[in-house]
Amino acid sequence: MRTFGTVRAVDRVSFSVEPGEFFAMLGPSGSGKTTCLRLIAGFDLPDSGQVLLEGRDVSTVPPYERNVNTVFQDYALFPHMTVLENVDYGPRMRGMSGAERTSRAHEMLELVKLAGFEQRKPGQLSGGQKQRVALARALINQPKVLLLDEPLGALDLKLREEMQIELRNLQRRLGITFVYVTHDQGEALSMSDRVAVFNQGRIEQMATARELYTRPRTPFVARFVGGANVGEGDVAERLCGARQAFAVRTENVQVLAPNDAAAAGMIAADGEVLDVQYHGATSRWQVKLDAGEIFSATRNASEVLRVPDAPGERVRLAWARESMVTLEAQ
Amino acid sequence: MAAAAGALPRLGGGPLRGISTFLYRRSTLYLLLLLMPPLLWLGTVYLGTLFALLTQSIYSIDEFTAQIVRKPTFATYRQLFTQPANLDIVLRTLVMAVSVTIAAAFIAFPIANYMVRYASSRAKAVFYVAVLVPMWTSYLVKVYAWRLILAKEGILNWFFHAVGAEGVLEAILQTPGIGGPSLASSYLGMFIVFVYMWLPYMILPIAAALERVPGSLIQASADLGARPGQTFRSVILPLSLPGLAAGSVFTFSLTLGDYIIPSIVGAPGYFIGMMVYQQQGTAGNIPLAAAFSVVPIVLIALYLAFVKRLGAFDAM
Repeated sequence: MRTFGTVRAVDRVSFSVEPGEFFAMLGPSGSGKTTCLRLIAGFDLPDSGQVLLEGRDVSTVPPYERNVNTVFQDYALFPHMTVLENVDYGPRMRGMSGAERTSRAHEMLELVKLAGFEQRKPGQLSGGQKQRVALARALINQPKVLLLDEPLGALDLKLREEMQIELRNLQRRLGITFVYVTHDQGEALSMSDRVAVFNQGRIEQMATARELYTRPRTPFVARFVGGANVGEGDVAERLCGARQAFAVRTENVQVLAPNDAAAAGMIAADGEVLDVQYHGATSRWQVKLDAGEIFSATRNASEVLRVPDAPGERVRLAWARESMVTLEAQ
Repeated sequence: MAAAAGALPRLGGGPLRGISTFLYRRSTLYLLLLLMPPLLWLGTVYLGTLFALLTQSIYSIDEFTAQIVRKPTFATYRQLFTQPANLDIVLRTLVMAVSVTIAAAFIAFPIANYMVRYASSRAKAVFYVAVLVPMWTSYLVKVYAWRLILAKEGILNWFFHAVGAEGVLEAILQTPGIGGPSLASSYLGMFIVFVYMWLPYMILPIAAALERVPGSLIQASADLGARPGQTFRSVILPLSLPGLAAGSVFTFSLTLGDYIIPSIVGAPGYFIGMMVYQQQGTAGNIPLAAAFSVVPIVLIALYLAFVKRLGAFDAM
């Protein structure tokens, strides 16, 4: 547990990461995932609780004595050093001889495809290149665990997607444990072996990407990870006749004209169109249900819908009972 | 539509608007007009007078008539650099300026570092006020206050007696070079006052430089295995060198040029500033005064070249 003043930034969070695993900590900003990372790195010390590294309690060990390295969100490259000096910083501080650390630094720059950039200063690099230098600088120390704090947050979409694939390949090749902090659920789901979903300083659910998406356990996870429709309390009672919270994914929701009858075994709900967004292959409908919640439906653009789609038109949404996931109340 | 057009004043009218449009099209002329007053000030009043002063240094003075001979000569400089008394003054001032600068840097750095990295925002505000308030107080009041503090009947002497350490004070005062009859009339006392006076000029640039070092760099350094001392040497110090250089130029040049502190506190030996004051005032030897004023300029130029070679400005 770590408190800042009266705020509990991380509370009763417990997890263990397997050697060689790609582990993601996913959550909105302020959910405690970065604090967790800082506790592992040693920049913050826990008020109570333990951080174990290969079974050894490192809770009060300073960062420079932990075999853990971090890739920072803003890269944190030393502006007054060249790329080479940045990369061989770790070995230099640990007293490795000049020739050996230079050859290792070259090897690392080779690994991140930046050979030939040795003498540049960080100010002369693009965002993606800085990212690679930060990666090489951390990996040269052969850490047991590599911590990545939203490492791709500052990159544009195309570069981000390339780097996602590259990072994942690098992790498989080196077999180093990655602990990856992100607020982008797509990134967490596509890259990681397991994901811990953080909310208000606690882990809501920890599971594989597939399980998080198909079997969310709480309304928060269903909304944040899957972007699913969630019915709780009164809304659930009006729609299904029971107060049990449920989630239904947007692609499982059909859009019907107000008078069309839903097929047998389906739950129907009437409402008013708020907006229809065109996404190319799909369209996303947002409908304000009479039961009091806004539900979304994702439909194939090729599917011909003889349904009025102007805002304010009445429509009927319908979904199969089997497609509903029962949730724990929050 | 017509009502909306009527509500707004018509565009393109009026002589002022005509001038603005004209200047907008000729942006170089506009820039020149804006810069004219400051350039005139800098060029004529500021640099011009300095140049006039420097010109005086290549004139000489007629020993009999005490008239300035307006003929270029190196006689004045020869006088400055061959008379042992004059050389002593230059050397004494230089040693004082260097020691004040070093001491100020050693005292200022931890304070600035604490202000920037560790103090809460409230404590930081208190620190800034504490550093700035003495700068708003009259210079003479502070110097005379220090004279009283350092005097034989002053609080420092009393304190040394009270704790029974008068022997220590005696020993310090008997040390040749820095000692004297009392602290108020010793080079050590003068040094203390100089350091006190110029400390804010050292703290503020260092704090400004440290402010610009992101905390993540220090964390990254620790993360990569550097102990705090190593982080200080390889990250914090190099990145705050521009601030340190700026601060030291202040303390160095202020000490080189000051004539009030040496004449109120300290030993009887002359300093450059006092010499300039005396030569252009009482002695009326403007060329020698001018030659003396050239010395600090040359010394600071040499110092700047030196810190540039150290790489102080690379991180700017």
